Amino acid sequence: MTTQLDIVIIGGGNAALCAAITAAEAGARVQILETAPKPYRGGNSRHTRNFRCMHSGPLGPLVENYSEDEYVADLMKVTGGKTDEHLARLAIRTSEECLPWMEEHGVRFQPSLSGTLSLARTNAFFLGGGKSLVNAYYRTAEALGVEVLYEAAVTHLEREGQKITRVDFTHDGTAKSLSPKSVIVASGGFQADTDWLARAWGPAAKNFLIRGTPYNRGVVLADLLDQGIEQVGDPTQCHAVAIDGRAPKFDGGIVTRLDCVPFSIVVNRDAERFYDEGEDVWPKRYAIWGRLLAAQPDQVGYVIVDAKSLELFIPSVFPPIKADTLEELAETMGLPPDNLRATVDTFNGACGDTSGFHPTELDGVSTEGLTPPKTNWARPITEPPFYGYSLRTGVTFTYLGLKVDENAHCSADGKPIENLWAAGETMAGSILGQGYLAGFGMTIGTVFGRIAGKEAAANAN
Amino acid sequence: MQTDLLNEARRQAEICNACRYCEGYCSVFPALHRERAFSGGDLTQLANLCHNCRGCYYACQYTAPHEFDLNLPKALAEVRQESWKDHAWPRGFAHLFDRSGVAMAAGLVATFALIFVLAQALRPDSGEGFYAYMSHGLMVAIFAPAFLLPLLALAVSLRGYWRTVGGGAWSLSDVWAALKSAGQMRNLKGGHGDGCNFEDEDRFTHARRYLHQAVLYGFLLCFASTSSGTLLHYGFGLEAPYGFFGLPKLLGVPGGILLTIGCAGLAWIKTKADPNLGASKAWGGEMAFVLLLGSVGLTGLVLYAATSTSAVGWLLPLHLGTVLTFFLLTPFSKMAHGFYRMAALVKEAAATRT
Repeated sequence: MTTQLDIVIIGGGNAALCAAITAAEAGARVQILETAPKPYRGGNSRHTRNFRCMHSGPLGPLVENYSEDEYVADLMKVTGGKTDEHLARLAIRTSEECLPWMEEHGVRFQPSLSGTLSLARTNAFFLGGGKSLVNAYYRTAEALGVEVLYEAAVTHLEREGQKITRVDFTHDGTAKSLSPKSVIVASGGFQADTDWLARAWGPAAKNFLIRGTPYNRGVVLADLLDQGIEQVGDPTQCHAVAIDGRAPKFDGGIVTRLDCVPFSIVVNRDAERFYDEGEDVWPKRYAIWGRLLAAQPDQVGYVIVDAKSLELFIPSVFPPIKADTLEELAETMGLPPDNLRATVDTFNGACGDTSGFHPTELDGVSTEGLTPPKTNWARPITEPPFYGYSLRTGVTFTYLGLKVDENAHCSADGKPIENLWAAGETMAGSILGQGYLAGFGMTIGTVFGRIAGKEAAANAN
Repeated sequence: MQTDLLNEARRQAEICNACRYCEGYCSVFPALHRERAFSGGDLTQLANLCHNCRGCYYACQYTAPHEFDLNLPKALAEVRQESWKDHAWPRGFAHLFDRSGVAMAAGLVATFALIFVLAQALRPDSGEGFYAYMSHGLMVAIFAPAFLLPLLALAVSLRGYWRTVGGGAWSLSDVWAALKSAGQMRNLKGGHGDGCNFEDEDRFTHARRYLHQAVLYGFLLCFASTSSGTLLHYGFGLEAPYGFFGLPKLLGVPGGILLTIGCAGLAWIKTKADPNLGASKAWGGEMAFVLLLGSVGLTGLVLYAATSTSAVGWLLPLHLGTVLTFFLLTPFSKMAHGFYRMAALVKEAAATRT
């Protein structure tokens, strides 16, 4: 089957939908090829919850203002300067006009969620979360005549010189192809392909959990990189955080987070501590802990808290393991009981005056003479019952992607591919070299999705 | 309460409590997020606070085929249905909740027959309008207890509910807050004001909210019509029939129209909605209830239209039969939801009052 179409969009998440809506509004005939079945449509956008947005005054749910420079500075802090500042500023500057655009196209926002008040100024939260955003965009796109095919797995893009001439995919068990005038790739990273992760990271990656969609296998990314499309981002790196070790292998999403580390001690398989649990507030440390766990035997850690700390954090989706004694807790969790007792005793002995304990700020209540130290919230683990959680590395996204210019255009051999654009996670490495800033992925997807849609439609018309 | 229903609702509530994406949709989530652990009473209260707007289901990234298999509207609907049975009084009638359709059909036949026979046997020698067929005294003899006894039963049920959910002191301002919420169907607005999800999957519309408003206000107008008639009769010695511009008709005709249209609409969109997002076993009973309530309005209107024709001879028992069945089954049918919902809203208002 070869049908002349204006635009084929590969992927069905936020960036793909923003591109589809923009292109359809420009009069283009658009076909979305989404590899997931309908209930799982939307890629990692399903799991998102907010949009980081620049604004010069109160805007929608956002209070006060958030300037371009402050936003850029926040980004530089987390990426350590590994950022294409030109593209980053483009994304940030455009974010302000995106928020009203999102509302016009069906997205609804809500006041900052409980426990995230610190983001009320910078991040606009989707009412109902990312899946509700995805639902609204599908409604809008379909009303504009965008065709959507689910369970359509793209296998190959045929490159002839500086042009993509054919999109091959399978659907309903048969091989099919389309030859559109323009192609937009918005099919995410490769984190769900654990073999690829293991090749990039090492065999330890087999023990990682994937926080998002199982459908981001990087098939199209690999196919394009093999054909010499220009790449960007460290191929060996992924963004990973510490999550509940009992989370499902894929798709656990937000509920697998564990906020209790600052109020705990964390030990490895041998019941030994390995890092300062109280280094900073958790939102600034969960990514570091993803890496720390990856370096531990079996890539697993165990959080131990006592009764007095249990109510200081948002409950996890899995109830903690509970025991009246540390030894019993160790047995239940598969830790050597004597070692755990010794580690806790040593830790407790190093705790000092805890009267200044303050759960929501850096309180300086620290251990003394302990290696590694705990520099904040260090209170002895003494009050039964004791509670334990296991921790594992949860991969959020990968950095390797397609390099794009300010028009979301892809290139090869130093020249643009005439009819190929990329948007969303698959090109986010063009902007985010390392680290992550909450809500910035949706900013990149929305801004570059709209750009790609506009450019692809202009090319087709 | 069946522990498996509570356990399932608890399992789901704990997942919701770790996510919190749905916080803005309705009153259930802020109430849920205030708890860390969920007792049977907590879950019963959440269940009765839930208006089944379904926003959370369609927004949820953890619905089947995801292994977490969330379907909170269903889990809460099942607890809610069960909680009405648990608190039903007298206890012996609780099972009627499971057989609403049969009970209503049987009730209709029985009450129609009863009233028809009584009206024939005790037909007054004189009287105007309806009273030519049935005396005022006979109507009062039937309907006064049929109205008051179900209210008494509901009062006992609600007292039990209040105890189960750990309701404490409440004030008139809480009742006012609950009345405002119910009056606007605030919990069917979806938080963003676009309405709820029901008849067309994840599309937000006001269809269900407006139709429910029509039923609610139509019912209240009909009730006000009857009350005004009672007042005119006893207070002012003005007896039925009342003219079109009399208070009972001014209230009753629009009320009947609203009630009929609202019920017809609710029944229609119910056939479009996914039954698996509610207590699927209760679907038939709910549908029977909507149709019964709609029939109260429709037969009332038809009866009025047939005034001074011979059809009144059977239309009057038919209308009175629907009303009587409706009254008698109120504590043991979907109608009970309004009373429990008010109690849940009052408790929530008391809990959030600062």
